[in-house]
Amino acid sequence: MDASLIELDGVGKNFAGIRALDNVTLAVRRGEIHCLAGENGSGKSTIIKIMSGVYQPDEGEILIDGTSARRLTPVESVHHGIQVIYQDFSLFGNLTVAENLALNSFLRESRRLVSWREVRRIGRRALDRLGVDIDLDAEVGALPTSSKQLVAIARALMSDARLIIMDEPTTALTRNEVERLMTIIRAIQRDGIAVLFVSHKIGEMLEIGENLTVMRNGRVVIEGPIVEFDEVSITRHMTGHDISTAIYEGAGDPEAPPRLELKGLTVPGAVEGVDLSLRSGDIIGLSGLIGAGRTDLALALFGMRPHHTGEIRIDGKPVSLRGVSDAIHHRIAYVPEDRLTEGLFLTQSVQRNILASSFDRITRGLVIDRARAEAWTAEMIRAMQIAAPSGSTSVGDLSGGNQQRVVLARWLLTEARILILNGPTVGVDVGSKAEIHRIIRDLTVKRGLAVLMISDDVPELLGNCNEVILMHRGRFVERYRAGSATEEALTDRLRSLR
Amino acid sequence: MKTKGAERGAFDFRRLINREDNIGQLLLITAAVFVVMAALSPEKFLRFYNFESISFVFPELGLLSIAIMVAMLTGGIDLSIIGIANLAGVLAGVLFHRLAPGASASLGLNAVAGGIALALAVGVVAGALNGFLIAKLRITPILATLGTSQVYSGLALVMTGGPAIVGFPAGWNFIGNGKVAGVAAPFLIFLVLAAGVSFILSRTAFGAKLMLIGANPKAAVFAGLDTERVVFQSYVLTGVLASVAGLILSGRTNAAKSDYGASYLLEAVLIAVLGGTNPAGGRGTVLGVSIAVLALMLLSSGFQILRFSNFLIDFIWGGFLLLVIAINVMRNRR
Amino acid sequence: MTLSLLRRPEAIVAVALLLAMVIIGLVNPAFWSLDNQFGLLRSNVVIGIMALGVLLVMISGGIDVSFPAFAVAAMYLTVKGMVQFNYTGVALPFVAATLIGLILGAFNAFCIRAFRMIPLIVTLGTASVVRGLLLGLVGTSTINVDKMPPQLIDFGKTDIVNLTLADGSRYGLTAMILIYAALALAVHLALRYTMIGRSLYAFGGAPEAAARVGFDTRKTLLFAYCAAGALAGFAGLLHSSMIWLANPRDFVGFELDVIAAVVLGGASIFGGKGSVLGTLLGVFLLVMIKNSLIIMHIDTTWQQVVVGLVIIAATTLTAWRDRMRVA
Repeated sequence: MDASLIELDGVGKNFAGIRALDNVTLAVRRGEIHCLAGENGSGKSTIIKIMSGVYQPDEGEILIDGTSARRLTPVESVHHGIQVIYQDFSLFGNLTVAENLALNSFLRESRRLVSWREVRRIGRRALDRLGVDIDLDAEVGALPTSSKQLVAIARALMSDARLIIMDEPTTALTRNEVERLMTIIRAIQRDGIAVLFVSHKIGEMLEIGENLTVMRNGRVVIEGPIVEFDEVSITRHMTGHDISTAIYEGAGDPEAPPRLELKGLTVPGAVEGVDLSLRSGDIIGLSGLIGAGRTDLALALFGMRPHHTGEIRIDGKPVSLRGVSDAIHHRIAYVPEDRLTEGLFLTQSVQRNILASSFDRITRGLVIDRARAEAWTAEMIRAMQIAAPSGSTSVGDLSGGNQQRVVLARWLLTEARILILNGPTVGVDVGSKAEIHRIIRDLTVKRGLAVLMISDDVPELLGNCNEVILMHRGRFVERYRAGSATEEALTDRLRSLR
Repeated sequence: MKTKGAERGAFDFRRLINREDNIGQLLLITAAVFVVMAALSPEKFLRFYNFESISFVFPELGLLSIAIMVAMLTGGIDLSIIGIANLAGVLAGVLFHRLAPGASASLGLNAVAGGIALALAVGVVAGALNGFLIAKLRITPILATLGTSQVYSGLALVMTGGPAIVGFPAGWNFIGNGKVAGVAAPFLIFLVLAAGVSFILSRTAFGAKLMLIGANPKAAVFAGLDTERVVFQSYVLTGVLASVAGLILSGRTNAAKSDYGASYLLEAVLIAVLGGTNPAGGRGTVLGVSIAVLALMLLSSGFQILRFSNFLIDFIWGGFLLLVIAINVMRNRR
Repeated sequence: MTLSLLRRPEAIVAVALLLAMVIIGLVNPAFWSLDNQFGLLRSNVVIGIMALGVLLVMISGGIDVSFPAFAVAAMYLTVKGMVQFNYTGVALPFVAATLIGLILGAFNAFCIRAFRMIPLIVTLGTASVVRGLLLGLVGTSTINVDKMPPQLIDFGKTDIVNLTLADGSRYGLTAMILIYAALALAVHLALRYTMIGRSLYAFGGAPEAAARVGFDTRKTLLFAYCAAGALAGFAGLLHSSMIWLANPRDFVGFELDVIAAVVLGGASIFGGKGSVLGTLLGVFLLVMIKNSLIIMHIDTTWQQVVVGLVIIAATTLTAWRDRMRVA
């Protein structure tokens, strides 16, 4: 008798001619921590939706506790104890923590009336079970991301869950918060609840998982106990090729005057007197915990923190950065972390997206010079190797990697000399990651850019930066030269910051 | 895709049919309305006189609809356009009465020019106030223009004391009733302004920035697009268009009142949406809106000829909107 | 404790209301006279009942501009029916008017769900349809006081308290205020203590999450718009009962006033926030401003301007407060 809780057997799923899943066989056993790895578009989300009854398989079978559950509906799936925690947590920001926790139970019991004493009781009990202490009366929308996730997990645990599916749970968490999540997942497992950890973050999967299934292009590529895998082999299966293990040694003349110089840069409450020298050909990595002040530093350089104090010099001359237009005028570019909401205009064409920051330079008077607009766009598409049918394709139709290239193209078009990247490959699959890294390195060398790369991804930092700086509570606390730090050392140091 | 001179014509035509803003669908609907109305009352509907009278009433509604479209492009709305239109007409009327008390109807072209300047100034100032509240103070557009619409209509009411202002000079009335080279004067004004707005939106940096801001306001800030200024200017543009509509309206009726055209607001919103404008921002064309106005004017005209009561026509406008939305939903589902 | 009380959105309206009352009272102490206050309360009833409906819709994240059209349709059809059939009761007509409003509201909910269009546009369409049909098919003539069903007029005349002024004229506190209070209490209880009420907040706050978590969003929408329609229908008939005539062209432009009142009361136009108390205060503030200009010896033509300025001031403060919170 199989101890599998849920099993997909030869499942296939089509969407308007696209084969999203092809002959997928996957089993999650009771009480196991199972990792599902794959790039974006590999079929992970489709599997989640099939297990939770949102989609029905076109071929194959779903077995729950050994019995067939072909026409699984969302309600039935919950009934079987399957809970999904989506990336956005599906919480109600305008309601309190207690109410968010209690609503689920009330709905399940088909209650008509609300007793607020009951709401608090249920909320308290749910949080206690997880062993966390969050203010029951706090408005969920005002909580930090990691607390929201805890509320979401607490809610999932309330309904006699037997399997909790977590969709990309660590994307918005710092290292410390990831640790806390791992502890909670292990505690969940001790209660006999299975966890399906769906992610593309290989390091975390290696740390927490017992069994692993790797997907690529809608198919299961390989599966087995996690101890049989390592970083390199998982990457190979996810992408079909290895990641590079080279390091970046920097380019440009180390004796040359710095392109960007910061002396005592302070952003009240976030950055405390930071000194930095950035030269042409440098890619300097900046890491730290969330709240360390990295993003504020970046935004200050981009003119979005007009109340900063301290000296900023570009090419030796002091500059004033009190607005975004100042920053752009000084050829500073900022690629934000969340490209979908902060970087791209999804409904607009590739051309408009690429030209977005350059309109004032392609006008004759007030009118746009069409010929120049088309020429510049074509040039950028070629240079960045953007895979789009034409400049008028809507950016929303492109893949994640291509979208990120569009954002980079936009800033390179402004002839930026200082490039600030915030999480340049967050949410980008391993294959695209490597290519984007290559593009950044090439451009830095070819165009003599000075690059500041903010990232949480230790391998990314070690492989692309000639210097890595750790930031903590607004200060620079440690600096590493290229090749002088190992992944373990850097990870440990980050973990030690508290 | 390389487009050079001669090729451009063919290229644009293909794009016209395939565009997401369903111009093709609109043209079809307009043609269908025309055919049906013509079939129902061929003698009366197809008379030249009928189309001529349409061309006199069309411009006000057309300009107001374009004004609302511009506000919607940034994801906003302007509920004060009627107030601005009426205030413009009323202030011009007051000016004429001050210049020649009792003999305002006989004022010459100089005075008319002054009236036009005043009306446009009203549009600019009112639009600027709207823009200031929305772009600078970050008040959400529905609420800001809800307030300002009361203020503008209210000011017009205070100026008139209630009854309509009449006795506009002949030159003024020509704007609303005259003909230039056989074409209705207001219609010419509409064509010029519509072409101008279309040009601004599609060929200038301002227009491109406007569309981007509507598509994603947050990304627009990160792209360095000076959102405040662009949004502010868009509401000034909306205000000016509304004031011209008011100018034409008072010219056509030789009167200005604080509450004329109250139903125009809802109609303008309906037309803008019908014309393919996305109320959430980022999508909309002057061409689409213009065709939508035409379709609905033909519809009204046809039903009027059929002796339908004016109210039933309101019902049909509303029903038409719901019908078109329903068709769009069904098409997207397939 | 007091600090957190002050931070509630209702506190701002309450303070504004008090301030306004003090100012008006200073300009003309006659403001405080009982007959003026009774008159103000009376003017609150119809707009307030409609505002309750608009509140429900706004909490659910939508906007409804069709309720005045529904109110006038329910009112006119019911009164016409009463006249036609010589009906002598009062209870059944109110049920009928409420039902008419409810059905029209259901039509709204259906269109919004089926068409996935934003509620503003859909309700603009339905308002047009209903008004057009009413005036085009049913008629445009006002039913004057001499033709109005007498029992309806008598009902509207009911007072709780009856007093006499120094000059001999009588005035009273209308009993309709009790109906208003009862409805307000009912809506408050529904919002606070029923799941369907909480579903409005949930749906307004995060519509996709609401569906995922297991709310029947169809029922939620139906409840919001049907309740708004029903309240509007009821208020419409009440209105004609209080002013002793039924004019099918009534309530034009009303929607903006009511929405302004609800927003003044602290409801968020984006959904997920709002309370009955806030709405009651917002309605009172709006009505008071509109009606107090005469007492302050300001020409009534300034009414609109003053209301507009109040709305601008209130929304500026709200926007400023929201920005402070984010910063």
